[in-house]
Amino acid sequence: MKIIVAIKQVPDRDTPVRIAPGANWIEEGDLQWAMNEPDAYALEEALLLKESTGVGEVIVVSAGPERVGSTIREALAKGADRAIHILCDDLNGRDALGMARLLAVAIKPENPDLVLTGLQSEDVGLGQTGVILAELLGLPHATMILHVEKTDAGLKVKRELEEGWFQSIELPTPAVLTVQSGGNKLRYATLMGIKRAKTKELRVVNAAEIDADGAPTVVLEQISAPKKQKSTQILPGSAKEAAVALVERLKTEARVL
Amino acid sequence: MNVLLVLEESDGKIKRASWEALAAAQRLGPAESITAVVIGAQTEALAAEAATKPVGKVVRVEHPLLAQYTADGFSAAIEQLLQNQGATKWVVFPHTYQVRDYAPALASRMGQVLIGDVVAIEDGPTFVRQLMQGRLNGTYRHSGNGPCFVSVQAGAFRPDTSVGGIDSPANAGPAPITTFTPTIDAAQIRTKPGAPFRASAQTVDLGSAQRIVSVGRGIKEAQNLLMVQELATALGAELAASRPICDNGWLPMERQVGSSGQTVAPRLYLAVGISGAIQHLVGMKGSQCIVAINKDPDAPIFEVADYGIVGDLFEVVPALTEALKAAKQ
Repeated sequence: MKIIVAIKQVPDRDTPVRIAPGANWIEEGDLQWAMNEPDAYALEEALLLKESTGVGEVIVVSAGPERVGSTIREALAKGADRAIHILCDDLNGRDALGMARLLAVAIKPENPDLVLTGLQSEDVGLGQTGVILAELLGLPHATMILHVEKTDAGLKVKRELEEGWFQSIELPTPAVLTVQSGGNKLRYATLMGIKRAKTKELRVVNAAEIDADGAPTVVLEQISAPKKQKSTQILPGSAKEAAVALVERLKTEARVL
Repeated sequence: MNVLLVLEESDGKIKRASWEALAAAQRLGPAESITAVVIGAQTEALAAEAATKPVGKVVRVEHPLLAQYTADGFSAAIEQLLQNQGATKWVVFPHTYQVRDYAPALASRMGQVLIGDVVAIEDGPTFVRQLMQGRLNGTYRHSGNGPCFVSVQAGAFRPDTSVGGIDSPANAGPAPITTFTPTIDAAQIRTKPGAPFRASAQTVDLGSAQRIVSVGRGIKEAQNLLMVQELATALGAELAASRPICDNGWLPMERQVGSSGQTVAPRLYLAVGISGAIQHLVGMKGSQCIVAINKDPDAPIFEVADYGIVGDLFEVVPALTEALKAAKQ
């Protein structure tokens, strides 16, 4: 199977985010970056599928500025065969459709059997890229997938529903799936993998050369700190002082002990 | 400014999330401008339920191929309805897993982009949704022509406090009901969905627990869970977790709180090392008293907490266990 995995580089979850002047995006200068976690699970599923059949190819596609190259290398080090980097500095100025158009143009000539991506990104969290990709590529899709099985007719996938329910879905290939976290255990890149990644093909395509026009219909106007829904009493002092104060409050004020 | 409100059902009843979407739709237009849509193979009872609400009319989108949800079937049906309806400015959905599965494709088919997971609608209108795992809010505006697709987060719009309430019809009697039959061919439906199932028998009922201690990524390693279990024991609480802990297999899935796990509302919910992504908050924000222990003072969990301790959980949790034991003596 020829599998494309669309991955995104996002701010590392442990780095603090600050609002940039102008309040239409965050300060990017001092951020640490990481592979979007659901995309890492999508990559894992792709690598497992390839390993289980012993044949095929896993190609990662990622859009973003030059820094995205480090996340692409990480994917290659984990076992992807080659990569396409859609070089673009204005990712945040594109809406979900504009973003998916870029990916679709890069993916289409590859004629993959399967396109995988994480169910949503950890930065803007739109959760739409995979579904729109399916629409643009004219392929069937399924979302929130935890497990993929190759069958004679196509695929059988395990889809997560709400509140602890699941469902099996059968669909033909080629298809697009969005992958939910937790279906597999993520692998680490080995030293050998990191070494090999340096020699793997990484094709850079300039977004400006991709004919994916269409003005955004949805615009992010402003970002702001969320308003508190409750007034939180922060208990100060050492761990011990705070703990003693908390027990006291829970007993006499909240009356839940 | 017509509003199309797409209702979702479960076991033959309209879901509560759909009525929250109605509360959101009321921000976009008066009751007379709202068309409620029910979709399925047999929608008579659903339509009758919807007609008792403050909406201008109800449309039954009915076809045998809509008996079970598929993205292909539902997208085709609503696309045809929109073409048939005349000018529609807003299309409003509850932000459910089902809507997430097809609404983005439906919107893009019409050259539009869904504004998903909306937590507030402000004057303009502009739409607020969360960014960076709930650490920031983003304000979005629809530009250009054509309908604007919006899905609203569970719990963000309360049906009971919305303008005029939602429990009475717009006029003296129930809203008029019409039926729309889309043209769908079996070959258009490319996916074959199976019946929903649960993974395994439930051995813990978090929903009835009075106190819950819940643990998140901050715990770092599985072996550190013991420390949190000791705190739960001292409190007489059930142990629960956010998704990453269950993904790692450190606790069984049935102890997961959040949109993909259990929804709980205990008297006391103590969140240890949980940052408070929206997917977690929707599962616990109805708790009576919420306590958060986290090293990051800006963690979104503090937005819903009654009490907070900003600090290293590896110091605070043992101290709290000790303080509870001391208080019992």
